[in-house]
Amino acid sequence: MGMRKVAVVGAGMTKFVRRAQETGKELAWQASRMALGSCELTLDDIEAICLGTAPDSFDGVHMKAEYLSDGAGGWGKPFMRSYVGGGTGVFAPIQGWYHVASGLFDVVLVVCEEKMSSYHPHAQGAFLTIFDHTTERALKPNLLWIFALEMNRYMQTYGISKEDIARVAVKNKRNAADHPCALLGDPDITIQDVLNSEVLAWPVNRLDVSPVSDGAVALVLAAEHVAKRVTDKPVWIQGVGWSLDTAYWANRDLAYPRYVEYAARMAYEMAGIKEPRKEIHIVEPYDPFDYKELHHLEGLLLADRGQAPRLTADGVTARDGDMPVCPSGGLLGVGNPIAAAGLMKVAELFWQLRGEASARQVPGQPKRGLAQAWGDLMQVGTVVILGINP
Amino acid sequence: MTEKITQFPGTPLREADFEGGKILFRHDRMKAEYAWDTGIAIGRYLAALKEGYLLGGYCATCRKTVIPPRTVCEWCFRPMEAFVPLEDTGTVNTYSLCYVTWDVKRIKEPEIPAVIEIDGASPLHGILHKLGEVEQEAVHVGMRVQAVWKPAEEREGAITDILYFKPIEGGAK
Repeated sequence: MGMRKVAVVGAGMTKFVRRAQETGKELAWQASRMALGSCELTLDDIEAICLGTAPDSFDGVHMKAEYLSDGAGGWGKPFMRSYVGGGTGVFAPIQGWYHVASGLFDVVLVVCEEKMSSYHPHAQGAFLTIFDHTTERALKPNLLWIFALEMNRYMQTYGISKEDIARVAVKNKRNAADHPCALLGDPDITIQDVLNSEVLAWPVNRLDVSPVSDGAVALVLAAEHVAKRVTDKPVWIQGVGWSLDTAYWANRDLAYPRYVEYAARMAYEMAGIKEPRKEIHIVEPYDPFDYKELHHLEGLLLADRGQAPRLTADGVTARDGDMPVCPSGGLLGVGNPIAAAGLMKVAELFWQLRGEASARQVPGQPKRGLAQAWGDLMQVGTVVILGINP
Repeated sequence: MTEKITQFPGTPLREADFEGGKILFRHDRMKAEYAWDTGIAIGRYLAALKEGYLLGGYCATCRKTVIPPRTVCEWCFRPMEAFVPLEDTGTVNTYSLCYVTWDVKRIKEPEIPAVIEIDGASPLHGILHKLGEVEQEAVHVGMRVQAVWKPAEEREGAITDILYFKPIEGGAK
């Protein structure tokens, strides 16, 4: 398609915490500095900045990107914010990718930041305006409703139990125990702990949900000629895809995320992947709720419809399984500062594929991984495929 | 995260840090008021609710009946000009028993939000509403329900003109 090859050459992240002393711009700067330092570049080498951050309402700041721009190194450079709800963290690197692939820039810094703790009394309130103002908000819905409704539909359609789904939370929170930035890592958590946690909106219990968090992640993307100079272990962006479904969410099949399938097919085609189940070695699907990991594995065509729970039960998705899923610990374990959480998944693939994931390292020298995020009104899918071959 | 890095930035705070005055912060409450125009299609939908019935939209090209109605078909991008009255009965597509409010306060008696597929609309086409006059244990996917309306003189042309949906006997139409 006449596009240049683009590699990830550096990554950095802050701890994910319930409430950080640092402001959003301070967190963004910390992650950016670490990403630049990891590939021994400075801001002078960066030609453009892509910033990802979720709703302005979290911060109560209009033009949040401009507010965050100094922490993201954005002054005096082409600077642009992307925002597709929860899908933002995997969309921002796609935006960075086309900045470089197009030939417009050689080196781009991608920064994702979220500070959810500012909204009071609870960040959930910031989401109330996602519902239609006339036909839905009058019913006084809250955010948990749509997830509980979707999870129940998924369970009923395929006969999936809460226990099947709780296994995902257990796996991810255990994986997160090995992540130095994790908020909710727990090596000893059990299925019973999840099933016995408080019911918030049946079938959603407290431990089925990822926590509200503050944090930031940054990546450095470079064109081939720069990437090869900067590092001998570039990790290449092999495919990207994104797709949006209808905003009339009660008018669609809640048991299957077809928008994720469309995004995945776009990315697979670009990466030349014919048999994703054999060719993807690590998966980091979006897991703000435990059922979403399963839902997304099916949408990504990595499991048959209704069969993803089977993979989890059989240990296929464990860190040392045939297809490790969320070896980072995911949003359920590491935390869910919305945009930063999505980019954390791409950063995890970068570290995993370079063999630098320490205690979280997936065995067997994985060659290719897929990160996916999801958001807006349960309607957007964003996918990035990374690999060690250009 | 390379093996070389052991210290990560970010300083976690606790509730006690605020209560103890160790951390300064500024608290403010923002006020925002809006009056949303209903538009063409939703305006018709609300007018129908005031009359006591549900209104859908029909696309002759896609042969789909959707609810709420809209002026453009998302599938073929042609105008969706036919408004069609639908039944006020339907089938529970999915539901939840919600024990928390928007600000995560606990409530004893759960609210029961549901997606209800409306009779006369295309398969899997429903609306968000709530269930009532039903025991928690009895609620199930596939349950047949009917709208419980406010008295005609109290209706104002809003989705809340339907108080909730309650279970009824009988199969899908």
